This record gives sequence, structure tokens and C-alpha cells, in this order.
Amino acid sequence: MKLVIGLDGRSSGEKALAFAKNLAKKADDCELIVVYVIEWSPFSFQTAAENAERHKRREEEIAIARERVVDPAVADLKAAGLNARAIVRHGDVADTIDSIAHSEDASQIVVARSSDGGLTSRIFGSSTANLVMNARVPVTVVA
Amino acid sequence: MKKFQAIFFTLIASLALAVPARAQEAALSLDARVNEAFANATGWFVNFIFMSIPGTNFPWIVMWLVVGATVFTIYFAAVQFRFFGHAIALVKGDYSDPKDAGEVSHFQALATALSGTVGLGNIAGVAVAVGIGGPGATFWMILAGLLGMASKFTECTLGVKYRNEYPDGTVSGGPMYYISKGFDELGLPGGKVLAVMFSIFCILGALGGGNMFQANQAHAQITQITGDFPGWITGIVFAAIVFAVIVGGIKSIARVTEKVVPFMGILYVGAAIVVLIVNYEMIGWAFGQIFAGAFTGLGVAGGFVGALIQGFRRAAFSNEAGVGSAAIAHSAVKTNEPITEGFVSLLEPLIDTVVICTMTALVIIISQQLIIDQATGNYMLNEAGTAIATIDGNSGVALTSAAFGSAISWFPYVLSLAVILFAFSTMISWSYYGLKAWTYLFGEGKTTELVFKIIFCIFIVIGAAASLGPVIDFSDAAIFAMAVVNIFCLYFLMKVVRKELNSYSARLKSGEIKKFTH
Repeated sequence: MKLVIGLDGRSSGEKALAFAKNLAKKADDCELIVVYVIEWSPFSFQTAAENAERHKRREEEIAIARERVVDPAVADLKAAGLNARAIVRHGDVADTIDSIAHSEDASQIVVARSSDGGLTSRIFGSSTANLVMNARVPVTVVA
Repeated sequence: MKKFQAIFFTLIASLALAVPARAQEAALSLDARVNEAFANATGWFVNFIFMSIPGTNFPWIVMWLVVGATVFTIYFAAVQFRFFGHAIALVKGDYSDPKDAGEVSHFQALATALSGTVGLGNIAGVAVAVGIGGPGATFWMILAGLLGMASKFTECTLGVKYRNEYPDGTVSGGPMYYISKGFDELGLPGGKVLAVMFSIFCILGALGGGNMFQANQAHAQITQITGDFPGWITGIVFAAIVFAVIVGGIKSIARVTEKVVPFMGILYVGAAIVVLIVNYEMIGWAFGQIFAGAFTGLGVAGGFVGALIQGFRRAAFSNEAGVGSAAIAHSAVKTNEPITEGFVSLLEPLIDTVVICTMTALVIIISQQLIIDQATGNYMLNEAGTAIATIDGNSGVALTSAAFGSAISWFPYVLSLAVILFAFSTMISWSYYGLKAWTYLFGEGKTTELVFKIIFCIFIVIGAAASLGPVIDFSDAAIFAMAVVNIFCLYFLMKVVRKELNSYSARLKSGEIKKFTH
């Protein structure tokens, strides 16, 4: 069994992690993939100076995401004797988690209930809602 | 004694006049002094660049650009048409590896380069072209835009191929890098000297067309609404904001502009389409004027050659094809195939000149701001005989504004905002191009960078204070001087691009280069 756990860097993500951990312990052979997506669009507008530094910034963003979010989570899972690894990507959160789960042939995606609020999520829906609606892999939303 | 008298009278005069009026007078004379000094200092340079080919009144520089664009179009067998569809697919991200997400996408590189070119050239420059060269200038402008796509393709491919990638993950690219590295690679002498020459002209271009012209026209636009006031005031406000962004690193201002500018561009084209729809029965007539004017001139100064010169000149100033500036902007893209950025960049003159400039020209022609002599069907010239007479004597950005205003009464206000924002985003872009040329000459480092940035801000004030004539001449001259060096070097380097093109198109055909499924 292969599980993809989508983290959002907030405390709600820990619930998703705990849930996936329990699930994995019950299974005989389970691989856990901890995913963190840095919100990014190829169709945004930037200045020339920002573009020139983009590669550097990207590396920095990935390093921070690893250090603060995914590495501690993977360490936690490994400490519990589970087989775990991490992926950090840029992109649309829902699309990217789905495409990773799809290409990894995962049997399930585990994410936390959305903690987004405000106008944007009212208009465009939260990342969790978008994932649930469009995913090609079964999704468990942890409350 | 006379000195005392003078002081005495000045004192009386100061007391008699209201303080604001006094301040304004002093300021106006400051503007006039800046203007005179500037015109004197740059006159020789402008004269050289716009020198006519002996025996004609055709500036050699315009010929230089058109011949360059034509050579590239032929050499690459009309690459701008053959790979047009592929360019769109690249911008859409069809060929982008999802693993590269977070790097600079083709779309972003294109959008950044466009924000440096879409602006006053499309609004004020076109009005100058049509105002002097008549509707026929539009035809030559479109032709120059279509040919210019091949120049852009050539320079942007090289920009990515020979860029510098530093260990800290930042990149620097542009003509100065491809000229020096490319010439070395081909075993040609003089690459370094030419790269230095290009850099000097690029700094002048950044200060001229990328800065003073922008400040100048933004001020003209503001005074249209508020009434006349000294240009240096606008200059100082602009300089302060640009300073905050490029020196203070206040990214939020740049970020807001970068988001608003594309919106303004769409709004501008949208408004033009509305004006065209409202006057749909005149569109046929307008195109008739464009074609007739292209070959007869319809009475403009200099006849059809006048129309041609204006069209080519303003197109080059607007889309900067062959100038080399875009190669700096495009070089930050993430791609393993430099040629792909060349394909993407050829969309730039299309969007900038063939679409946006043509829209402006059509609106000016259709709104009938240019006065036609009913008896002959030709355009009437103004008293000086230098340009076509317009309804309110408008020229430049004011002419475009009046043209839009005749159909959509409130649009001049939106246009003012658009001009100010376009001017600002163009300044930010050119401050970067100029900076790259500056650091190429003087080395990278915080202090050298700061010196350039401060000079850049000072020129904003000068540009806003000087009058349009000398500023527009100097701006054109400096930008075209970049093209002199750049196109000369492109002739030597184009075989490198052809090798890339042949290899890439073979792999595209064989299916080795595939679309990614997202």
C-alpha cells in the first residue's frame, strides 16, 4: 500500500499525519509519501530582477519547506518504524498532490480539512475541496 | 550699483507677485534650462544616428533595422510563421517539465519582456508615427513588426544560450554576454570591445527611452488632467517611487504594478475594440487609408517615404526587435533548449506591434482626429508643415487620448492611469537592463549597483522636466545605437542559432521532444 499525505504547514496537517500513521501501522507493507506543495503559478507576472533570482529563491523555498514541514514529519514516521519519504513541489496545491499520487500509483491521499478562510476560498474553493472534487485517487479528509 | 538696482527690483517684484506664481516662474525657467542644456549635450549623437543615406532623406539606421529583420527572416526561412503554433504551445506550458515548476516559465519570461516594451511606444509612439507619417505609417509599422519577430527570435535564443549562471543560483544574460562569449567561441576577434560598446549604448538607452521618454510622457499626461505645472515635480515623485523599488527593495510596489499592467493592457485593447465596434462601418475605410497612405503618403510630409520612415522607426522603438533589450529579460527562463525561448520571444513584436500598435493607429484614424482636406482627400499639414494638422493641435499621447475620448468620454482618465503605470513598469524593466550593462562594465557589487540606480533616478527628473522634442530624439538615438552593435554581431552569430534550430526541429519532428502530460 502506498499513501500520499498532503501537508499544508499548519497544525491541522499533524492530524492528517497522525491518521495516516495509524492506517500504515495496520497495514503489512506501507510506504508513506509526505508531500508539501508551494503555491505557484507559471502564469504569474514578475519583474526582470525577480526572474533573475528565481532559481535561487526556489531552492530557498524548497529548503525551508523541507526543514520546517516535511523533514520533521518524515523523521516522525520513520521513528515509528514506517517506510516514509518526502516530496516538495511548486504548483497548484490540489493539482500537484493529485498528479503525484497518480504518478506514484498511490492507493490513497490523506489531507487535513481545509483551514483556509476568506474571500479567495469562497470564490475559488479551498485546495482541499478542489482536491476532493478532482482527484483521480481516493481522498481521505481528516477532520 | 546696477547690481543693487537689480536686487531692489527683484525684491519689489517678489513682493508684488503672489508667492506661488513666483515659484512657478522659477520652476519653469529651470525646466527651460534643463531642456536647453540637454538638447545641446546630446545633439551631435542624435544627428549621427539619424543621418540620412547620402542623396536621400532616408535615415540609415531605419534601413539598418529593416535590412537586419529581413535577413533574419530569410536566413531562418520565415521562422516567425513556421513556428508560431509551437511558440503558443511553449507559452501554454505544453513542453514544460512539471519537475521544473517554480522556475521561471516561458510565460513569465515573455510577460516580463512585454512589460518592458508595451507602454508609451504603443500609445504615444504610434500617435507620433500616424501624426507625422499619416495612416500609411501603420502599414510599415505592421510590416516592421512581422519582420522584427525574426530579429527577436535570433537575439533571445542567443541570450539564453550564452547567459551566465552563477553558483548562487542567479543568472545574467543579454547581448553583452553573447557577443563576448559567442565571438570567443567562433574564434572571432573584437567580441569584448563590441560587448563594451553595446553596454555603453544600453546604459544610454536605459536612461533615454527606458526612462526620460517615459517620465516625460507621464508628466504630459498628468498635466492634461491637472493643468500645467513644472515637470520636475512629477520627476521627483516618480524618482522617489522608482528609488523605493530598485534601491529600497520595496517589492510590493513593483508587484502591484506587475499585476495591474497586464490588466491595463487588456483594458486598453478592449477599449480600442469597443471604439472599432462602435465605428464598425469605418473599419474598411480606415484600412483603405492605411494602404493608400502606405504607397502614396496621402499628402504627408516626405510622401510615402515619410510614412515608411515613421512606421519603421516607431515600430522599432515600440517592440525593440534587434535592439537587444529583450535578450536580457528573456535570459532568466528555465529551459534546456535555448531555442525554445527564441520561439516564445517572437510573439513579442506580434503582441506589441501587430496587435496593440495597430489598435492605437486604427482608433486614431477612425476617430478622424487627423484633418483631411475634403477637396483633395489628402491630409492637411500643420502650419510648420512638419506633421498632419489635428483637431485640437494634439500630438503624441494627447492625440491618442483625444481619439479614445471622442468615442468613450471617460477613457482619457483611464488612459492617463495606464500611461503612468506603463511608464513606471517600463522604467523598472529598463532600470534592470541598464543595470546589467553597468555591472558588465564595472563589475557586480552593491556600491557600483547603487551608483547606477541613483543616476537612473536623477534622469527621471531630467526627463520629466525637458520638453518632448530633445527627449524623444535622444531616446530613439540611444536605443538605435544599441541595435547598431547588436545586429552587427547577430550577423556573425546567426549560424549558431541556425544550428540550434536545425537540431531542435529535427528532434521535434522525430518525436524526441515530446509534450508533457500534466
